[in-house]
Order: sequence, then structure tokens, then C-alpha cells
Amino acid sequence: MTLLHSEAPARPPAEPRVLSRASVGADRVFVVGARAVGGTVLAITGGIGIFLAVQAVPTMRRYGFSFFTETQWQPEADTLGIASVLVGTVTVAAVALVIAFPLALATALFISEYAPLRLRSTLVSMVDLMAAVPSIIYGIWGFFLLQPAASGIARWLNAYLGFLPFFRVDTDPHAALWEQSRYTASAFVAGIAVAMMVLPMASAVMREVFSQAPIGEREAALALGSTRWGMIRAVVLPFGTGGIIGGTMLGLGRALGETIAVILIISPSFDLKFRPLEIGTNTVSALIAGRFGEATDAQLSALLTAGLVLFIGTLLVNTVAAMVVARSRSGAGTDL
Amino acid sequence: MTATPTAPPRVSTPAAAPAAARAGHPAAPATWVREPGSFAVPSAPPVKRAIGAATGLDRAVVAGSLVAASAMAWVVCFRLLPWGSVPGVVITAFVLFLAIVSVATSATSAGPMVVDRLASAVITGGAALVGAALVSTVVFTFVRGAPALPHLNMFVSDMAGIGPRDALSSGGVAHAILGSLIEITIAVAVTVPLGFGTAVFMTEVGGPFARVVRTVVEAMTALPSVVAGLFIYTVLIVGLGVPRSGLAAAAALSVMMLPIIARAADVVLRVVPSGLREASLALGSSRWRTVWHVVLPTARPGLSTALILGVARGIGETSPVLLTSGVASFVVLDPTDGVMNSLPLFIYTTVRSGEPLYVERGFAAASILLFLVLVLFVVARRLARPRTGR
Repeated sequence: MTLLHSEAPARPPAEPRVLSRASVGADRVFVVGARAVGGTVLAITGGIGIFLAVQAVPTMRRYGFSFFTETQWQPEADTLGIASVLVGTVTVAAVALVIAFPLALATALFISEYAPLRLRSTLVSMVDLMAAVPSIIYGIWGFFLLQPAASGIARWLNAYLGFLPFFRVDTDPHAALWEQSRYTASAFVAGIAVAMMVLPMASAVMREVFSQAPIGEREAALALGSTRWGMIRAVVLPFGTGGIIGGTMLGLGRALGETIAVILIISPSFDLKFRPLEIGTNTVSALIAGRFGEATDAQLSALLTAGLVLFIGTLLVNTVAAMVVARSRSGAGTDL
Repeated sequence: MTATPTAPPRVSTPAAAPAAARAGHPAAPATWVREPGSFAVPSAPPVKRAIGAATGLDRAVVAGSLVAASAMAWVVCFRLLPWGSVPGVVITAFVLFLAIVSVATSATSAGPMVVDRLASAVITGGAALVGAALVSTVVFTFVRGAPALPHLNMFVSDMAGIGPRDALSSGGVAHAILGSLIEITIAVAVTVPLGFGTAVFMTEVGGPFARVVRTVVEAMTALPSVVAGLFIYTVLIVGLGVPRSGLAAAAALSVMMLPIIARAADVVLRVVPSGLREASLALGSSRWRTVWHVVLPTARPGLSTALILGVARGIGETSPVLLTSGVASFVVLDPTDGVMNSLPLFIYTTVRSGEPLYVERGFAAASILLFLVLVLFVVARRLARPRTGR
């Protein structure tokens, strides 16, 4: 046996290499730069939220809690309140959801379950295109094309279902010369136009969740002899419940903040009313767009407070929607 | 007949068994174990059972129900009840179709089939209604814009000195187009470095501070665009005394687009496979080079799509510019120099004016805006599609 090392090597004892997570050189610049950009964006976006919150203080001090219960917006009498516009916002959003939800569900199911395979990507593109159409286009579409037809539907609802309080309009539907103007410029017509913007968002989320429904369970249902609808009811809809709820709520977030289509269609009124078919309503965003021009400092801060209320409402809806959608996903990774 | 097995053979020969099977004789073979040869020759070419396809009867039921429903809808709407309008006829016909098709199906099939057919009728009808609404929006805009669009002056002149009674052969929307382009260019120049930079910070640097930024940015996507406009109006125009101008409008658009673009880019960067990052780092490149040479190129199609869809959103958004830019009737090229106009704002003001010729100009501008958005959308689709051969 030969000794490889007959004498001890003349070298210092091994020392562990110094490891450091601290970045050096170009990386240091990169990290600091990225952090600076992130900080800037945080300052801008967070600044808006803080600014809105700060602006709400003088309004609250001046008008107190009655700001939320007062219906009128009369700057000359110094009576400002957002009760009626809040009700109007919720009414328009509710009409939009009632129309958009079944249609979005039907569209999503049609694309994911019924449409021929080669048509599918085209249809998906069309729904995405629908989301990209500017809201002013839907506004003029609603005002010029939809309003005459919608007033006829509103009159029909009033004539045959007028015993329900929310279908009532303060006019005689059976008169020989019916007052069409009573049925126009209403929350109903505005809600249909807003539904056109809610629909693609809701439908896209629903379709995505439906398409993730496990193929094995689908085939199992079909193999057990279920019809296509039976398979949808047993597999696709239970799997997609989160997507259905979350997508609808995301659409609701869009519906709450919609301005221009609403302001083109409605005739502003500050009555606290629950008759969506009747002329006249108002929403928070339409109030802001209509009243910012002649506002004094105090009124401007009141408008900003109204905007803050709208923002908080939208934020709550969006957050809950994101949580519901995220919980429904499988969470499969995208790693290589 | 080739073989007549009068008596069952003790051991069937390979030739005899298939022959017996072909002949269809009930005579049982002596052994139930099939021999290898009997597998080879099928008794007949298998006819594939049609699955999933509609039979002739199904089609006849649906077509007949359609005809019956439209005929009955005509009777109901024009002869029995005063519902003779387009939506009235369509709704009546659809409800009647549902009723007729369920009766007709229940005559031939069991309960689940009736429900299945009703469900597919309702779902297809709903999807068709949505498609009709989208098509009617696009077609209506272009049809109403058609009278004004053939005039070349629509694209090259502005509205200076043009009154509500001036014919469509004078005046145009050049100032609105230019204003829109200038405002969106400034907004993109602000939001792209900030938005993409924030997304890179949130995904590539990380840490507790990045989580705070992500939470705030995601929350701010809920900011209604009119509130973004009001914020800029209050801070810049009322507070700092900046005049209503293209710059203020661009600031409002930036505030609105920044969270949207940052969040979209964040989503795109997050799905870049971390295996690619790790491979790059393992090869010894720095974090910065990893981001610049690996992460960003991988995410380029997604980032382009996010940007273009953000631009399409910004160019069509009316409420921020309504509050901040003022309305100019002439070409303004300097965004800091007083009021400016833009396409959505031009549409809004002309349509609200109620003057018939102004409304036609508004629809022409709407056609141009819709065309721009369509082009941006198609480009975004092209970029988003994965390159062939990969």
C-alpha cells in the first residue's frame, strides 16, 4: 500500500466560501430600481385612496351621517346627500345583473359545451371583443337603437305585470296613445346597456372555469347514459359554481362604476324610487360626471366622498369575487 | 354454403369454426374455447354506431317546431294580441318554440330527452341573443356612420367654424383623432415603464414590500374611471391650477390605466415557468440578465397583449377625459396648451347636442373609434397566438 500523501500539504485549513444573498453590481441597481418603481406606483395608487379618504373628512364634518340618508343634491340649498343616487346605482346594477347573468351563463355553456370545436376559438374571440368595445359605443347603441324597443318591453311589463311594485310605471299602459316618454331614459334601459359590458367579463370567467371541469367525470357521466344537459348539471355546473358566482360579481364591479353609457341614457332625477321601468334615475358616477363642473370646494369634496363610497363598494365586490374565483381553481402549477 | 356441419365435429378445424359462425347456425361447437384462427376473420366489417350526431327524426322535430312556432307567433302577435313589434315577435316565437319542441319531443322520447332538448334550446337561444346584440352594436355604428364617412374632409379637417347646419362635406374629426392619439401616447409613455416595472418588481424581486404593492395595485383596479378623472380634476386643475388640457387628460388616463396594465403584466410574468429562471440563474447569469434575457422575452406576447388591450381600454374611455380635457373644436397639437378634444369626448358632445347633423358626425367618429379598437384587438390576438412551430 502506498501512501498518497506522505507529508501534510502546505495549505491553510479549508474555509467555507462566504455566501451572501445581498446583490452586487448591476443586480444591486436592478433591485433598487425595481423597488423604486414599485414604490412610485404604490405612492400614486395608494395616494389616490388616501386622498379620497382625506377628502371625505370635511364632508362628513359638514353634513354628518345625513349625507347617506339625504336624497336631494341641491348645492344652492346646501343640502347634499347620496341616498337616491346610491339606490339608483344599485338599481341599474341589479337590472344589468338580472339581464347579464342568465345570458352570460348561456353563452359560456354554449361555447364550452355546445359549439362545434372549430368555431370555439372564434366565439371566444367574439366575447373578448365584446369586452373591448368602448362603453360610449354601447351608450349610443342603447340610446338610439335599444331605447325604442326597450320602451315597448317596459310598457308590456307594466301592462301585464304592473301589479308587481317594481314593474309599475305611473301612467296608463292601455291608453290608445301610450306615453312612450314615460318608459324611456329609465334605469331599465341603462341597465340593458350596462349588461352589455357586464356580460363579456362574467361570461369569460365562467367559460374558463367550465373548460377546466374534469374530463374524466364528464365522460363518466356520459358513459352512465346521461344526456348532455344531465352531464352539465351533474359535472360542469357543480364544478363551476365558484366561477359562476365570482364572474358575476366581477361583472357587478364593472356595472357599479359605469358612467358614460348611463349618463347618455338616463334623465337625472333625485327621487328615491324603486321603479326601474319609469323615466328618471341617477347613479353615483353619473352624478359626478354631471355635477363636477359647477362644484365649489365643499361640493367637490362631497363628490369625492360619493366617489369613495363607490370605490369601496366596487372594491368589496371585486375582492369577494376574486376570493370566490381563486377558491374554485385547481391551483395546478405552470412549471416546466 | 360451404360447410354443412351435420354433426358437431369433435375438434373444430380452424376453417370450419368461422364458417359455422358466418352461417349463423345455432349448433354449439364442441369446445367453448375459441381457437386462435377464429379471432382473425371478423364476421362482418364493423359498422360504427353513430354517437352524438343528430338523427333525422331529431332534426325534423326541431325544424318543424321552428316553423310551427314562427307561424303561431305571427298569429299571436299580429292577429290576436297587439304585440306586433320586433322584440315582441321574437320573444313570443321563442317561448312558443320551447313549448312546441317539448311537446313534440315528449311524443317520441322519455323525460330526460325533453329536458335535454329544452336546455339546449334555451342555451343556444341565449348565446344567439348575445351574438345578435354584439353584431347589432357593430353594424349599427357603422351603418349610422356611413353617410358621413365617404367625405374625405371627415378625416383631415377639424370643426373650427362649423355649425350644426353645415353640410357633412365640410368639417371633420381630425382634431379628435389627433387628440386621442396624443393623449394615449403620453398615457402609454407613463404607464408602460411604471406598470411593467412594477410587475417585474412584484414577480422578480418580491418580499414583503412587493406584497403590499401588489395588494394596493389590485385594489386600485377597482377604481371607477370617473373617480380617476375626478381625482385629477381636483388635484391638478382645481388644486394646482393646471388648465384643462391634453396633459391633464393624459394624466387621468394614466391613473386609470396604471393599475390595469400593472396587474395584467403581473399575471403574465407570474406564469413564466420558474424552471426557465432557475436554469438561467444556474448557468451563472445575474438576476438582472435573467429578467432581461429570459423572463421578459418569454413573456413578450402576453405583455404586448396586456399593453394593447390596455390601450384599447384607454382610448375608448370617456369619463376621465370628460372631466379633464375640455372640448376644443380645432386641432391642438400641444398637450400643455389649453383644451383638447378626443374621439370619445367628440362622440359624447355631438350626440348629446341633439342636432341631426352633429349626431351623424358623432356616429362617424364612433365608427372610426370602433375601427381603431377592432384593429388594436386583432393585433393583440395575433401577438397572443403562440408562434407556429414551437
